[in-house]
Amino acid sequence: MKYYDKLIFELSRKGRQGYSLPDTDWAESTVSIPDGLKRASMPALPEVSEPDTVRHYTNLSDMNFGVDTGFYPLGSCTMKYNPKINEEIAGMAGFQDIHPLQPRSTVPGVIKLYRDLSSALSAITGMAAFTLNPFAGAHGELTGLMIMRRYHICRGDLGRTRVIVPDSAHGTNPASAAVCGLETVQVKSLPDGTIDVGHLKTLLDDTVAGIMMTNPNTLGLFETRIEEIAGLVHGCGGLLYYDGANMNPLLGVARPGDMGFDIMHLNLHKTFSTPHGGGGPGAGPVGVAERLKPYLPLPRTDGEEPEENAGRISGFAGNFGVLMKAYAYILMLGRQNIRMAGPLAALNANYIKESLKDCYRLPVDRVCKHEFVFDGLEDRSTGVTTLDVAKRLLDYGFHAPTVYFPLLFHQSIMIEPTETESLETLDAFIGVMRKIAREAVEDPDMVKSAPHNTPVRRPDETEAARHPVLKFTDNRFNEDNYNRCGTGRL
Amino acid sequence: MNRTLAGLHYSESHEWVRTEGNIAIIGITDFAQHALGNLSYVDMPEVDDEVTAGEEFGAVESVKAANDLYSPVTGKVLEINSELEDAPERLNVDPYANWIIKVEMSDPSEIDGLMDEAAYIAFCEKE
Amino acid sequence: MSFAYFPHTPDDIAVMLERAGVSSLEELYSDIPDSLRFKGEYDLPDAMSEMEVRRYFEALDRSNTKLTVFCGAGAYDHYTPSAVKYIVSRSEFLTAYTPYQAEISQGTLRYIFEFQSMICELTGMDCANASMYDGPTSAAEAMLMSVASSKKRRRILVSSTLLPQVLDVVKTYASYHGIRLDVVGQAGGNTSLSSLDALLAEGDVAGVLVPGINRYGIIEDLTGFADAVHSSGALLAVYSDPSSLAVLKTPGEWGADIACGDGQTLGIPLCFGGPYAGFLACRQNLMRKLPGRIVGATTDMDGRRSFVLTLQAREQHIRREKATSNICSNQSLMALFVTVYLSLMGPDGLKKVNDLSYGGAHYLHDRLLATGKFSDVFDRSFLKEFVLGTTLDTDVLQQSLLDAGFFGALRTEEGYVSFCVTERRTKAEIDAMVDVIDKIG
Repeated sequence: MKYYDKLIFELSRKGRQGYSLPDTDWAESTVSIPDGLKRASMPALPEVSEPDTVRHYTNLSDMNFGVDTGFYPLGSCTMKYNPKINEEIAGMAGFQDIHPLQPRSTVPGVIKLYRDLSSALSAITGMAAFTLNPFAGAHGELTGLMIMRRYHICRGDLGRTRVIVPDSAHGTNPASAAVCGLETVQVKSLPDGTIDVGHLKTLLDDTVAGIMMTNPNTLGLFETRIEEIAGLVHGCGGLLYYDGANMNPLLGVARPGDMGFDIMHLNLHKTFSTPHGGGGPGAGPVGVAERLKPYLPLPRTDGEEPEENAGRISGFAGNFGVLMKAYAYILMLGRQNIRMAGPLAALNANYIKESLKDCYRLPVDRVCKHEFVFDGLEDRSTGVTTLDVAKRLLDYGFHAPTVYFPLLFHQSIMIEPTETESLETLDAFIGVMRKIAREAVEDPDMVKSAPHNTPVRRPDETEAARHPVLKFTDNRFNEDNYNRCGTGRL
Repeated sequence: MNRTLAGLHYSESHEWVRTEGNIAIIGITDFAQHALGNLSYVDMPEVDDEVTAGEEFGAVESVKAANDLYSPVTGKVLEINSELEDAPERLNVDPYANWIIKVEMSDPSEIDGLMDEAAYIAFCEKE
Repeated sequence: MSFAYFPHTPDDIAVMLERAGVSSLEELYSDIPDSLRFKGEYDLPDAMSEMEVRRYFEALDRSNTKLTVFCGAGAYDHYTPSAVKYIVSRSEFLTAYTPYQAEISQGTLRYIFEFQSMICELTGMDCANASMYDGPTSAAEAMLMSVASSKKRRRILVSSTLLPQVLDVVKTYASYHGIRLDVVGQAGGNTSLSSLDALLAEGDVAGVLVPGINRYGIIEDLTGFADAVHSSGALLAVYSDPSSLAVLKTPGEWGADIACGDGQTLGIPLCFGGPYAGFLACRQNLMRKLPGRIVGATTDMDGRRSFVLTLQAREQHIRREKATSNICSNQSLMALFVTVYLSLMGPDGLKKVNDLSYGGAHYLHDRLLATGKFSDVFDRSFLKEFVLGTTLDTDVLQQSLLDAGFFGALRTEEGYVSFCVTERRTKAEIDAMVDVIDKIG
């Protein structure tokens, strides 16, 4: 990676153009837009040629690290390989040109895709039905909680306004609850990160709408008492929500629907290989048990609109382009290969864990599932922190794991290798992690000042937050564009 | 390292109060600024806002954390420390020399419910 | 069994099991109660090769009717320059995640910074986030933001002229969040200022949402709106088509506090409704209430200009239940799409897109009126989309067009028919569609 310093605005020269549009052949109309409805001056957008634009963004891409660049063991994010056929399928011109409001009769292929993907997700998770509308995991959570609330409200059970969330949960869970108008109640974790069932019992009453859980949990450990928990929560009239963030190791092994969960979301960009796209677009379909089907949100591609529906949660029916990629992956997996997906993800995680636990602290020494958490270096005598280890990994060409989450430990390093990484890649990563542990003792200052080989080094985040600069401003550039009114009718 | 000052009143949420007549001058303690790290923003109420003992009146933020500020007393905001708007790091440099808000107390006896220096030091040791 | 995406050979698995201290893959799951293990056959198709997967999707594609689009209603058929698709397909962008490690994510961080700058420029706002899911959810977030900023007020007002899906999504969010929502009436196809005044007078209003271009395609005249809203202590949010903001008065110029909308009009393909990219921008004083990812400029240890995710103390991973939004991610790749599109178009290109669309829409409008089968509903300015009353049976009209390969004359809730023309439509296509309408008995 090499440092490249330009912003597109700095390449702009007045009078350059990067577009190619046909000349207008419309006769002059007698109407025009009144001045009072028009903007005063043209927007100061860049004026660049197409070759300069392509080169600029190619240079930017050279400062980026993706799954295609190298190993990306970011815990809780399931950075598996993104098959290239996914992209070709979603890019087919026929799909790109479909308007979302076209009558159902003109898009039987689209309707079939929604039906086939929903059925496949039901088969994989054991849920009765899915909405494919939610745009992301967090959007899925919110949708799932809306379904939960709507279910209670439609039954006249209006006092259920609290949702139970483990203290080890990702911050999104309580935030989604708050947006949905629910109060969060924390249930304690045991030292191994699993739910303290004794504490849970004290929280259950007729104000509880439900509980949100991941399984395996944030530490990559299976909640072995899940059937008991399901019985308790259902017994008090609540519902169980499954946060699908950690679904990957269960592919081919177990299904949330069989564990007693009533509502769940999946992250198709994680579990089903659609790319993460630098943060999105993803897709967060929500599955429900049979009795909750009427509460699925709008819009629906099945043409039904039951009164109990949870409301409209998206402009149209979700990220169709992403849904196609996920289904392409599911077809490649098929009923045969899916059997190996979860077990190989768990194998990779356990292999790394066992290979490093002598030089990194392992707070819970158990067989893990798809991921596990170290609590920093074993030897902390030189003051090298988890952040330093993460930055040093960048020098060696690896993406850093998730750091400082979960909050159960002070120096968390959360590693999730996924099933698409080879033994050689894992060995290379293990070798570097061990080398960094040695460096931390032998040359701690070098580790503390890492990274050394990246385009930039430890940007000043405090300064960025104290004096936010959130957009490009250059007076010279703006003056060039100021008072320009352009030509043409508008 | 947890510096405290004699003569101040302390809350369990790590605010300090100095009184001048029925005016309460409120800031955060050294313990609080250490826990947060480099501060990047102080969210303050507006002058004339009402604050209530035990309830939020603002927040302090660092890059990786945010903590709500809880008012130790009830009353009306007389003044806010506008220097903190551009320089929140003042609270890191000296949290006792830089107050956050001044409140006209409606019930000065609320001060009696706060800790003195010795009690606060003992409290912090348990935290 | 082997599979192209799983690199493990039987020998690899044996070596790794030994290191992991278990005797079989099965044993990795020994903690899962036997009753919870899935032992049945998955009800999935047999694994397919790439060629078979292609055949499945090609069959889907063939079964859909190919139509020339003369409809908008929230999704617009604008042209995507080839270079845009080329750039966003680069795997360094495509296969990265949220730029947590700034040192190896400067590409993503820089284009988001450019995106934020361009959205500010188009909307006349001071700061923008790194994008939202889509337009309707960005409108809902704008309203949550106004309620959070007001601290105590729990009521919002939304215009009846907003696109139906925007109204519906805002209503959904508001109802669960415990916000009272009232709908502002309209007069002659424009949001009614007197209706707004009357609702504001009832008090407790945190935010007001109105469209820049509305559900009838009309360019709204928002004169006096900002004053009315601000004098009641509320915030004004304008829902805009960002492409149109190359020529139309910006939310900033109307005096709005928040701008939201869908970036789809900036060259993102229709793709049956997604992925698109919502945008959300605001005045400086609301910066710390803006939800979602935000990128800021700073310098690194060596003094180099660098970009980082910033103002994170607003976000769910720090604020948990106190965050104003649960948004974790953005539509990053679609933000890149929009950024490259705007770089190529520049101010002149974007204006020309509007010129072409305006010209085509007015040509179609005049030709339809000339058939004698349509009438104007409103006498107001429009850009690329308009509604008409018709003497034809609307079902027959739409079906006749579909049969001839056109998607147009979308029936609205009010019983009008809606048309839209973008720069992608040619005069020949318009003439051909009008010929079809001419022939309807």
